Amino acid sequence: MDFGPYILLASLEGAVTAAVLALTAVGLSLVFGVMRVVNIAHGEFFMLGAVIAWWVAQSMGGHPAVGFAAALVIAPLAVAAIAVAADMTILKRLDYDPERTIVATIGLLYIIQQVTLMTYGPDARPVEAPFDTRLAIPWIERGEGGWQLYWPWGLGTTSYKLAVIGAAVAVLIGVWLLMSRTRIGLVMRATQMDRDMALAFAIPVEKVYALVFGLGAGLAALGAVLIVPIQQAHYLMGADPLLLSFIVVIIGGLGSLPGTVLAAVFIGLSDGIISVFFSPTLAKILATLLVGMVLVFRPQGLFGSRTA
Amino acid sequence: MSATRRSLALHGGLIALLFALQFVLPDYHHGNLARIMVLASYAVGYNILFGYTGLLSLGHALFFAAGMYGMGLTIQHLGFTPAPALVAGLVTGIVVSAGLALLALRTSGVAFMIVTLMFAQAGYLTILYFGEYTRGDEGFVIQQAERVLWGIDLSDPTNRYFAALILFAICLMACLHLVQRPFGKTLVAIRENEERVRMLGYDTFAHKLGAMIVSGTISATAGAVYGLLFGYVGASFASVQYSIFPLLWVLLGGAGTVLGPFIGTLFMFYLIDFSSGITTAYMLIAGVALVVLTLFAPQGLTGELRRRLWRWLP
Repeated sequence: MDFGPYILLASLEGAVTAAVLALTAVGLSLVFGVMRVVNIAHGEFFMLGAVIAWWVAQSMGGHPAVGFAAALVIAPLAVAAIAVAADMTILKRLDYDPERTIVATIGLLYIIQQVTLMTYGPDARPVEAPFDTRLAIPWIERGEGGWQLYWPWGLGTTSYKLAVIGAAVAVLIGVWLLMSRTRIGLVMRATQMDRDMALAFAIPVEKVYALVFGLGAGLAALGAVLIVPIQQAHYLMGADPLLLSFIVVIIGGLGSLPGTVLAAVFIGLSDGIISVFFSPTLAKILATLLVGMVLVFRPQGLFGSRTA
Repeated sequence: MSATRRSLALHGGLIALLFALQFVLPDYHHGNLARIMVLASYAVGYNILFGYTGLLSLGHALFFAAGMYGMGLTIQHLGFTPAPALVAGLVTGIVVSAGLALLALRTSGVAFMIVTLMFAQAGYLTILYFGEYTRGDEGFVIQQAERVLWGIDLSDPTNRYFAALILFAICLMACLHLVQRPFGKTLVAIRENEERVRMLGYDTFAHKLGAMIVSGTISATAGAVYGLLFGYVGASFASVQYSIFPLLWVLLGGAGTVLGPFIGTLFMFYLIDFSSGITTAYMLIAGVALVVLTLFAPQGLTGELRRRLWRWLP
């Protein structure tokens, strides 16, 4: 294959990563922005979404699309319910103290991960995609008879991958509408800006926190359900999304949603392209160092201009 | 008896007890206790930063691994004997902790945790990336012939126990000494109220830098000795899990107490040892312990003891 089609293929794969990453990272960013809680267990909510999707798809039977559609609804709701329960029983009792909640969510990470290991087991299991047509992509090249179209071998994508990107965009627009156009979003933003003032205006801050924690976990689970036909569900799959979401949230500016989405696209695409040309380990080293350095020298994030 | 004499008697007593146990313990627990003492030294180092200075690091595995690889790689590739290799591990620890401290101490609170986590993760990945030299996840074994320090074979259980005890005694007494000095008292003051300490004219950055270097160096020494005593160097010691462990041990035993790290390590080691006989998902115990501790006993076992009974405990 030539260089051009190669880049196109890499960026298509990167776009799928970016779409799922944006969902996961927006969830993490919401939780941090509104609650000031760094949720280390976020990757495990992602993993739970994938595992529950497998359970649901498995038990439904029939056409794969039926099971997948059911998983798409049930898994995020179930994970959100678990997150709300964790918020009410653990985080609320810690008064959302930033340092103690980090330790508690590390504990939560191990609990979720190990319980999954005990029940679901150590195997990776796939969920069948609802539709999976291969689409070849043409490429233009100057041949003997002038410009002509041809179909390079291996250049292509599947209808499902395009659907993932579309679905992620739709959900992100939904989140944005929720935050900017509805009463619930207004209450969330008020809580984010000034918790005490919100309390004084009779906003039930604890309920808002539970809702936000559930929403954040639900978004991660939704991202996982979308990716599971491509990646398979496994009890250790939460580590990478967690790390990448952290990178995205920090580079995009902690707690800023547009910055987070922008950074997700940037990181997702560059991750896809870089790992085609360099070793993935090297790419990860550079990314983690970048996050560390950004936090040290530009704590407001690369895209953020907020002084916090 | 004054508080200083009492605490000296208590900690000296613990060391004497550990010395005596050597002669009565059955083989299995004898080996475990040697391991626990080395790991407890690591926890003592962690406690100086977390318990006394109030800086929660999520990247101490970087220091532990720095000491371990500083020792292991010089033996493996440069043909060092154990004594200079231990020094190499120590120096690596000082350099790495000073370097990370200079960067990470520019931040505070949550950002400090994430910065230490990220750099430790980068260190772990770097070990994997240079798999040609470090043998990555698989790690490498330090042969018995290379583990003879001044004519003493450290792979022999009795010698190993004594070496571990010496390391632990040095770390424990150093920590006890440190926290009774003005330097240690200033660290506690920084933990309680950094603004006020700065206003009183102390250079808080220099104190935190000192605390982080001491903490990192003790951790690195523990890592180097661990590799030498148990003859294995591997990337898993640099993973996030080994950054979480000392946090868990110190929280359980009691942050900001000299004895806490040992008690926490002892307790958690046997808890995991016991539960891994029942299930493979033994990290579940660690997770539950972390959540329960943050909820109900943020002071840890020794902390509760100090609160209720012995107010003089350092």
